[in-house]
Amino acid sequence: MNNAAERATVGWDREQMAQRAALDIPDGAYVNLGIGIPEKIARYVPDGREVIYHTENGLLGMGPTPKPGEEDPDLVNAGKKQITAIPGAAFFHHADSFGMIRGGHIDICVLGAMQVSETGDLANWSTGAADAIPAVGGAMDLVAGVETIYVLTQHCTKEGEPKLVRSCSFPLTGQAVVKRIYTDLAVIDVTPQGLRVIELAPGIDFEYVQQRTGCNLIPA
Amino acid sequence: MIEKKFETVADAVSDIFDGATVMIGGFGEAGSPIELIHALIDQGAKNLTVVNNNTGSGHVGLAALIESGRVAKMICSFPRTANSTVFTDLYRRGKVELELVPQGTLAERIRAGGAGIPAFYTRTAVGTTLAEGKEVRNFEGRDYVMEYALKADFALLKCRSADRYGNLLFNKTARNFSPIMATAAKTTIVQTGKYLPAGDIDPETVVTPGIFVHRIVLVPEPQHESRLVAQGSVYP
Repeated sequence: MNNAAERATVGWDREQMAQRAALDIPDGAYVNLGIGIPEKIARYVPDGREVIYHTENGLLGMGPTPKPGEEDPDLVNAGKKQITAIPGAAFFHHADSFGMIRGGHIDICVLGAMQVSETGDLANWSTGAADAIPAVGGAMDLVAGVETIYVLTQHCTKEGEPKLVRSCSFPLTGQAVVKRIYTDLAVIDVTPQGLRVIELAPGIDFEYVQQRTGCNLIPA
Repeated sequence: MIEKKFETVADAVSDIFDGATVMIGGFGEAGSPIELIHALIDQGAKNLTVVNNNTGSGHVGLAALIESGRVAKMICSFPRTANSTVFTDLYRRGKVELELVPQGTLAERIRAGGAGIPAFYTRTAVGTTLAEGKEVRNFEGRDYVMEYALKADFALLKCRSADRYGNLLFNKTARNFSPIMATAAKTTIVQTGKYLPAGDIDPETVVTPGIFVHRIVLVPEPQHESRLVAQGSVYP
């Protein structure tokens, strides 16, 4: 299995993963980005596309990080980081915000993952360990309500364990919800036949990805 | 004549009783009514059930209320913060109960509570451990989980401006849960940065209509939780 040193030199780095996922965000989309690497996608949406970012704590039209001195503790994203609002933004309360999610109005959501199964089950909220403090936030609402769920994640854990598996051992966030997975090694679609590799990172071959995956992959 | 204004935060929270369910507005520090929470700590009511998205940070505001041992149960979606172990420690020692609710289900349960809807069905959490023991019903070929409405005895909220009738305006993402909590509580108590005569807020822009607001206290310069935490403040 791969180790940390190998991960740094092989496949896409985190910025490139975000860049690759950004290519699949179409013009005019209303998009919710999860905390962590998914947040980086906003920087890489190709020029000429207009995308509106939703943050579930009550803003459509999330802008970039404020300049020093312009931070406002009343203007934060779902990760409680200080942000800005673009001209044309809208604020609303939590029930309206989750009405956008649960009512199917948000087009795309990109989330991180602890595990994804070959049928598109997602686990990303709890290890299920006895002493863990369970915390779910809006993850279950997003996967239940948003039609297109993309996952952006390292292919393996820091310990080199596969994150793409036959069935998730961690508690589920949702069943059969993931449409596409972007990792440091490949872009993979969840299909009725299983996980299909649709693109490989430069210098990576199918066998290399298969060896680091806990279920059978289908070549492109 | 309608008079909802209270002179002090202490007066406004004086009748919160032992065992009460209290909704507290805010998402992290954005919208957190710190002065009202501190008044509740001073007031001494115990065995409270508190509804908030989180469990506070540092040793001020909601975290201080939990640390004081007055909270028997938290109903929230995300009881973890980078800079607080108050809830974590008490929870691991079995001193505080946790009802974990997905954030959208939490919001909708509060909305339903304020709208006279006793329960509803949602796709959220279907097939997960958070749906265990709950009624599942199939509509048009898909499973949905039944969730009950949430109501409260009191709501403690913060807003930017309130007029004499209790019409409210909020500030940016500090709005979050406050407008729905205002509808779901028997007694809604609001601390406001500005107190205005009736008529000073354009009716087209009112966010929370005054019918949902019972008590208003002027707190012109509310403290910021993150600044207090950065200073290492401990309340009381």
